[in-house]
Amino acid sequence: MAIDTPPKGFIGESIKRKEDDRFIRGKGNYLDDISLPGMLHMSILRSPFAHARIRSINTKPAEAVPGVVAVVTGALLEQHKLAWMPTLSGDTQAVLATDKVRYQGQEVACVIANDPYVARDAAQLIDVDYEVLKAVVDPYQALKPGAPLIRDEKKDQKDNHIYHWEAGDKAATEAAFKKADKVVSLETFYPRCHPSPLETCGIVADINPATGQATLYMTSQAPHAHRTLFALVAGLPEEKIRIISPDLGGGFGNKVPIYPGYVVATAASLLLGHPVKWIEDRSENLISTGFARDFHMQGELAVNKDGKFLGLRVKMLSDNGAFYADAQPSKFRAGLFHIVTGSYDLPAAHVETDGAYTNKAPGGVAFRCSFRVTEASYLIERLVESAAVELKMDPAEIRLKNFIQPEQFPYKSATGFEYDSGDYPRALKLALEKIGYEQLRKEQAEKRKRGELMGIGVASFTEVVGAGHGTEYDIAGLRMFDSAELRVHPTGKAILKLGVKSQGQGHETTFAQIVAEELGIPASDVEVQEGDTDNTPYGLGTYASRSTPVGGAATAMVSRKLRDKAKKIAAHLLEASEADIEFDHGKFFVKGAPSKSKTIQDVAFAAYTNLPEGMEAGLEGVTYYDPPNMTFPFGTYVVVVDIDRGTGQVKVRRMVAVDDCGVRINPMIVEGQIHGGLTEGFGIAFMELITFDEQGNCIGSNFTDYLLPTSWETPRFETFETVTPSPHHPIGAKGVGESATVGSPAAYVNAVIDAVGHLGITNIDMPVSSDKVWTALQEKGAAE
Amino acid sequence: MARPITITVNGDKHSLEVEPRLLLVHFIRERLRLTGTHIGCDTTHCGACTVLLDGVPVKSCTVLAVQADGRQVTTVESLAVGGLHPIQEGFKQEHGLQCGFCTPGMMMSSFALLQEKPDPTEDEIRWALSGNICRCTGYMNIVKSVRYAAQKMKAAAAVPVEAGARS
Repeated sequence: MAIDTPPKGFIGESIKRKEDDRFIRGKGNYLDDISLPGMLHMSILRSPFAHARIRSINTKPAEAVPGVVAVVTGALLEQHKLAWMPTLSGDTQAVLATDKVRYQGQEVACVIANDPYVARDAAQLIDVDYEVLKAVVDPYQALKPGAPLIRDEKKDQKDNHIYHWEAGDKAATEAAFKKADKVVSLETFYPRCHPSPLETCGIVADINPATGQATLYMTSQAPHAHRTLFALVAGLPEEKIRIISPDLGGGFGNKVPIYPGYVVATAASLLLGHPVKWIEDRSENLISTGFARDFHMQGELAVNKDGKFLGLRVKMLSDNGAFYADAQPSKFRAGLFHIVTGSYDLPAAHVETDGAYTNKAPGGVAFRCSFRVTEASYLIERLVESAAVELKMDPAEIRLKNFIQPEQFPYKSATGFEYDSGDYPRALKLALEKIGYEQLRKEQAEKRKRGELMGIGVASFTEVVGAGHGTEYDIAGLRMFDSAELRVHPTGKAILKLGVKSQGQGHETTFAQIVAEELGIPASDVEVQEGDTDNTPYGLGTYASRSTPVGGAATAMVSRKLRDKAKKIAAHLLEASEADIEFDHGKFFVKGAPSKSKTIQDVAFAAYTNLPEGMEAGLEGVTYYDPPNMTFPFGTYVVVVDIDRGTGQVKVRRMVAVDDCGVRINPMIVEGQIHGGLTEGFGIAFMELITFDEQGNCIGSNFTDYLLPTSWETPRFETFETVTPSPHHPIGAKGVGESATVGSPAAYVNAVIDAVGHLGITNIDMPVSSDKVWTALQEKGAAE
Repeated sequence: MARPITITVNGDKHSLEVEPRLLLVHFIRERLRLTGTHIGCDTTHCGACTVLLDGVPVKSCTVLAVQADGRQVTTVESLAVGGLHPIQEGFKQEHGLQCGFCTPGMMMSSFALLQEKPDPTEDEIRWALSGNICRCTGYMNIVKSVRYAAQKMKAAAAVPVEAGARS
């Protein structure tokens, strides 16, 4: 009988998460749990108007409140050249408004007090005299001649246009459209939504007046990059800045930018000599921090009668809000939106994008997506659905006809990407089989005869994740590599330090498993540390599904570096030639004599006690990994919906998800990530919306208006996998955190359109709420 | 004006002076430094701050500390006595958490549910937890976690009877 040994946590094992023990006991250490002696509290006064000139600010009533230590305004910051700061897209953003406010919720003044309640009370007593200006909330209106100029402080800015950017081959695309039998078009709006991690953003800034040491506890997905930016912006010496990003209660892109509150709290700590804490409330988080999407897209697909795609043409207008603060690689003005050719062999494509300023909050973050990949995936998958409807073809069939075929990889796309690997037909066929596609189509036909509305939606997404390579991809000039430092102690236990930062993805377990696989040290013996810039090697952080593709690769490579040294030590211990030593999951043995072996633990001990002549002691190393290419996860999602003609309510009956993220390190964690993404995709498709009235008032400023999916309405998911390893990743993994948010919105919406398309309804923009569906049915005389 | 109150938290009596406007969640987190109870929305929607007040789940961001005067409050810190509570074990075994921020509130709501309904159906679990938002997991594994705990608690409750039958 086999002896029941505890799992080592090699790649492919669903071991339980190491980080859970503290969280289930209520012993996590989140930002707001940090309390320092002498700590003061900051509250921010925000603009009630979307666009207004500031005539004057009277801070005296606030300063008179007992307990108030200081009131900070833009004028004060200006004296220290801190009233404006650079954004991640090369623009500038006001830290505290000096001349005008440009969106509702913009930071105007801050109160520092010895108690958070007092700080909040006092902020409301600050008297700001505003001259209200006309607000522009629609990007098309913003670009019209005569529109109010939002960025009048910028010398060369004469209108509200930010950028124009193109990708692909315009002439070849025009030629393809001339040849085509038919042009299918779709105009759609991917509305503004918000990542809304359950923990809001915050900082505890602690600058020691005696030493100048700045310790900044921050909700940061990218602590190292943030340290460098703080050094550059605030002029603080980088070696004196220590950023500690503690346990994060979710991020989803919201914790990538540097927000004005961080800067003011740091400046206040510097000026006052006390630690200063600032924690956003939920409304502040929703109205002022990094939103997502807000893309107006027009797509055209050139097709032949037989359903073959010849070309793709996209025009897109991005609503960037008052400051162009998108968090994205600096060479790409609309992120990686040019992945819009998706899973299809499109010989020609051309993408034109423009960005506009409006009187809305800035900061288009990649909400659980790799820089605008979500918008791109949504557009192409909705457009393919439109093509299927117009050509009266089955949506699965038209996809199979146009997929990039497995033998075409590596595949050079018309907009310039080199896809690493894929097998799209296999994923689609598996999804169809699992959902029972043919039977469902029969059921749908019968129901349609009875006047019942049922839809089956398909989406076959391809993502591009895991930035860099560093020559092509950088954030504010910093190349997008990442790092891992591994030290094996004499007792054979290890500590792994990373430049990425978990927000709930399970890094403490997943990355320990990579070390287990490569060195044979059980995952339970590998302590993973992240988030403290003094204690971890430099890295660009966690977003755009880059932790496993880049940080995971660095972990594998540093493990192999240590294995090479360990092999030399093993040869010395076994009195054999290094060339004769073989390694298998933690054991070194002489070729052909596996009984004569030394464990990695024996070797680790010898690395400090019994070394070959001339070898340096210790078993540790660091690797900075710059990936040769991005990775391209893919999959097919199929959704079944039933629609109530009386209320317009859409009920998701089934959702089958086939994901291919290459090699799965911990399948349990991978599946958990997919569940989460499918739920956020469901929220975006049906519920979540940040919108504005004509005056620029934000509607969606709390969880009464900004609806997140609860356990009650969230569908049950059926998840499956195919595995197509990435050929260039050391362990073949591709990253998975974002696939489901990227791929699923189109599947949900396609299901709705599949249910109502025969009535002549070709599009309903997200969120597909009951009222919109009912109105669309009513217009076609099909509502009850 | 500060007012004296006495609240029993996890079995320990605390007599303190508080401002009448002090929220229960701030009393728990800041005055007692029990930071397992989290704040996610300030408006009673997300449930991260769920604690039990005299055994009933409440969102402590919308209860004043003075309203809890003379009453019993139970927080996540009380769940593990000796070993883990079956609910905590369930969340770990079934991967019912990712970032962990909603988890304490989610477990307290689950605790109250299992007190009332020891063997809940999936729909009963989903309904009972619909006031607790999780942004990471998609809820399927949370449902499994609660089912795991229900099974485990049922088995534990059955042990003395079985032992008696054997003797």
